[in-house]
Amino acid sequence: MRYIPHTAGDVTEMLERIGVATLQDLFVEVPESVRLKRPLNLQESASETELLREFKALAAANATPETHKSFLGGGAYNHFIPAVIDQLISRSEFYTAYTPYQPEISQGTLQAVFEFQTLICQLTGMDAANASMYDGASACAEAVLMAMRLTRRKRVLLSKALNPRYRAVVATYCRYLNLELVEVAVADDGRTDLVDLAAKLDDSTAAVVAGYPNYFGVIEDVAALAEQAHATGAKLVTAVAEPVALGLLKSPGELGADIVVGDGQSFGLPLAFGGPYVGFFAVRQKDVRGMPGRLVGETTDLEGQRGFVLTLATREQHIRREKATSNICSNQGLCALMVTIFMSLLGKQGLREMAEQNLAKAAYARQQLSAIKGFSLVFDGPAFNEFVVRSVAPVAEVLTRLEKVGILAGIPLAEDYPALADCFLVCVTEQNQREEIDALVAALQGGEA
Amino acid sequence: MTIVGTSGLVLNEKLLFEHSDPGRKGYSLPKLDVPTAELPAELCREEISGFPELSEVDVVRHFTRLSTWNYGVDSGFYPLGSCTMKYNPKVNEVAARIPGLAFIHPATPSHLAQGSLELMYRLQVALAEISGFARVTLQPAAGAQGELAGMLVIRAWHEARGSKRTKVLIPDTAHGTNPATASLTGYDVVPIASDGVLTLEEVEAHMNDDVAALMVTNPNTLGLFETNIEAICKLVHERGGMVYCDGANLNALMGIARPGDMGIDVMHFNLHKTFSTPHGGGGPGSGPVGVTEELTPYLPGPGIEFDGESYCIEATRADSIGRMMAFHGNVGIMVRAYAYIRSMGGAGLKYASEMAVLNANYVRARLEGVYDLPFTSRSLHEVIFSDKDLEGDCHTLDVAKRLIDYGYHPPTIYFPLVVKGAIMIELTETESQEVLDEFCDAMIAIAGEARDNPELLHQAPIRSRIRRLDETTAARKPKLKWEKGA
Repeated sequence: MRYIPHTAGDVTEMLERIGVATLQDLFVEVPESVRLKRPLNLQESASETELLREFKALAAANATPETHKSFLGGGAYNHFIPAVIDQLISRSEFYTAYTPYQPEISQGTLQAVFEFQTLICQLTGMDAANASMYDGASACAEAVLMAMRLTRRKRVLLSKALNPRYRAVVATYCRYLNLELVEVAVADDGRTDLVDLAAKLDDSTAAVVAGYPNYFGVIEDVAALAEQAHATGAKLVTAVAEPVALGLLKSPGELGADIVVGDGQSFGLPLAFGGPYVGFFAVRQKDVRGMPGRLVGETTDLEGQRGFVLTLATREQHIRREKATSNICSNQGLCALMVTIFMSLLGKQGLREMAEQNLAKAAYARQQLSAIKGFSLVFDGPAFNEFVVRSVAPVAEVLTRLEKVGILAGIPLAEDYPALADCFLVCVTEQNQREEIDALVAALQGGEA
Repeated sequence: MTIVGTSGLVLNEKLLFEHSDPGRKGYSLPKLDVPTAELPAELCREEISGFPELSEVDVVRHFTRLSTWNYGVDSGFYPLGSCTMKYNPKVNEVAARIPGLAFIHPATPSHLAQGSLELMYRLQVALAEISGFARVTLQPAAGAQGELAGMLVIRAWHEARGSKRTKVLIPDTAHGTNPATASLTGYDVVPIASDGVLTLEEVEAHMNDDVAALMVTNPNTLGLFETNIEAICKLVHERGGMVYCDGANLNALMGIARPGDMGIDVMHFNLHKTFSTPHGGGGPGSGPVGVTEELTPYLPGPGIEFDGESYCIEATRADSIGRMMAFHGNVGIMVRAYAYIRSMGGAGLKYASEMAVLNANYVRARLEGVYDLPFTSRSLHEVIFSDKDLEGDCHTLDVAKRLIDYGYHPPTIYFPLVVKGAIMIELTETESQEVLDEFCDAMIAIAGEARDNPELLHQAPIRSRIRRLDETTAARKPKLKWEKGA
């Protein structure tokens, strides 16, 4: 086995030094009754060539934006990935290291995380960000838990326009914490219904949670949400599943959000069938000590040189055990590094240009689609790069018909929103050329003729 | 002894923000091929204050320099106990980057995602076979999230039976994630003592009608097999509880013994430990969970199913605890882990466990007598020493820092908490006798230095790019981001 260096001679010599006769003698403490008395029933080992042949065959059974024209979004986005990212994260000093427990030989990871925390603060308009979370949905759940700790209240209002999978993860995390989760309706413009919110907010409410942009691609009025939440002492949690939008939109921090979470996948991470992605988590200065996850801070060494360390660890599970702010141990280190490299490359100008392209392409697609007979737009609120389309013909039929001509037209909404069973969610990014959008429009039109 | 640590030329590097120069750019986008669009001005921000402006070369050099300040498994021996820092095979990286696997959208209809679904299904089946469980979910993102999923499953099972138990028993040797997870599941934690391994008597004394579960780690964090595990599981079951196993140390047992056969009800895997996926500087990992047949209805949903013809994402079951992640978990990590299992085969996995245990016992034999060995029963994959016998007022931290000068990543230190000044060494199977000998020589030399020249240890590391860092000030006056002029 090429990953295991022992020769037969080594094994003999080592057993001798240990003072046992056979390898089996090393396992004397494992009772006979629980020993596995047969070989593991797994396929024979594959050589490198066989392995890649097998995996390529599997890969060939998948549809991707390379094989299909794709308009799928809904919390995972097909964006430009600069070549630099994979080259840099392939430095094995980055990807084969672990948690920077020994700062003297982990400064690469630590400084990059410090830069990540800074960039997330700049992007979200918040004061402090952690070293990352598993994904946007779990970060959202952790934000709800944090709001509950900060306010000592047990009722949480979730906008129905928040990504349904984020809502589901919040429900899982809160399942046995005696917390009341209440849904807030969506108004006709596709934003969270402020009237319904006002009716449901009370002085037992810990948090209001909304997407920005929301699941329908509509841009919420964060300032209004914040104002209402704050009036009853609740925290506003803003979840940003599509951070490219923040290249253009006012930051949630500027608009009054108390906790900003989101997913960094759009910033240089491959779609990879849903993960690994990376959650980000940002708070106000006064709440830093109540936040979950790892934090990196700046300090100096014995000789006065600048260096970075993991800090404020007394919030964390390895010190505080059952009293920790979260059970999270790792973060998504390498993914956070990818996001950091992405933001460094795009910078001030690039992120704005990318956001403007998304806005323009989606606006073009929206306009074209709305002109087709049998299809209409559902919401009229300001939108970024996604929008909901209503179809006269059954959605499943429409999507299947388009698949046959190589187009993944969108995500059906029936399962998550029974009232929108005749609708699907379309996403258009800078990766979709005008010809692709025109092809989508033509194919939809074709069915009507 | 050849000391691999030297003082080479290491380049300094500023923060990204300190390099930034207005007007530089490090990207290219295609020319916009549709008319421009605008949002209402009141929705739009000014430029992102502080965001860097850098060329591609600036960025590449910056991160390349940072990488050289890190120590990874590819740099050298990394005996970080409980983390299983084995070699990360390169073909796994290539496999995960095959475009069809890397670029598929998670909302792709099942019939157009058969490759990923088949791979995930095969991984589920392989992990079930290795662990002896009826069914595995791949959704959790990491070990701690796997623990959460597993404990939620146990709680859901209790609730379904109308049982309102409130407590969870956790041995004092457990990882901190165990009590934190129990707490997140709404349970109160009852710590129980172990004397190296858990005794039936200790569990019996605490196991009553209010205890929902026992959380164990097997082999435990002392590297010892829980020899009473069968009797303990039987007792817990008789008294209406469930047994959760932290699978962090599965690398000792592949093909040797299966947790599912010991009476354990739920266990999480750490694909980034046992199954060779890279640790990434702190993730992404992946923490699948295996359960017995009885608990399958409560697993997180949706799961991956095979109907004999094709693979599909099943609807979330009515009794499921729900979703752990926005999509299907860290699929890119699953691809790497499955590549590892395919490369090793069943016999190879068993051999890996045997060599991991051989390595631990070899290092133990070489260092016993030099360092204090608090527990003397046979070690499995890792061995725990303490600083008790060190001279010169030197402690575990000093040994760890001095090891850096010798060119090694230090072991896990001061854990488990039950051993004062613990030095927790996990070798893994991918290290040769030669590497182990050099490491042991260094450990022995350091014990000698503690006696003869303790100041050397107190000052260590002296060869690293930076010296010991002031962690107290970092925590007292936290500076968590760069600010202009600060």
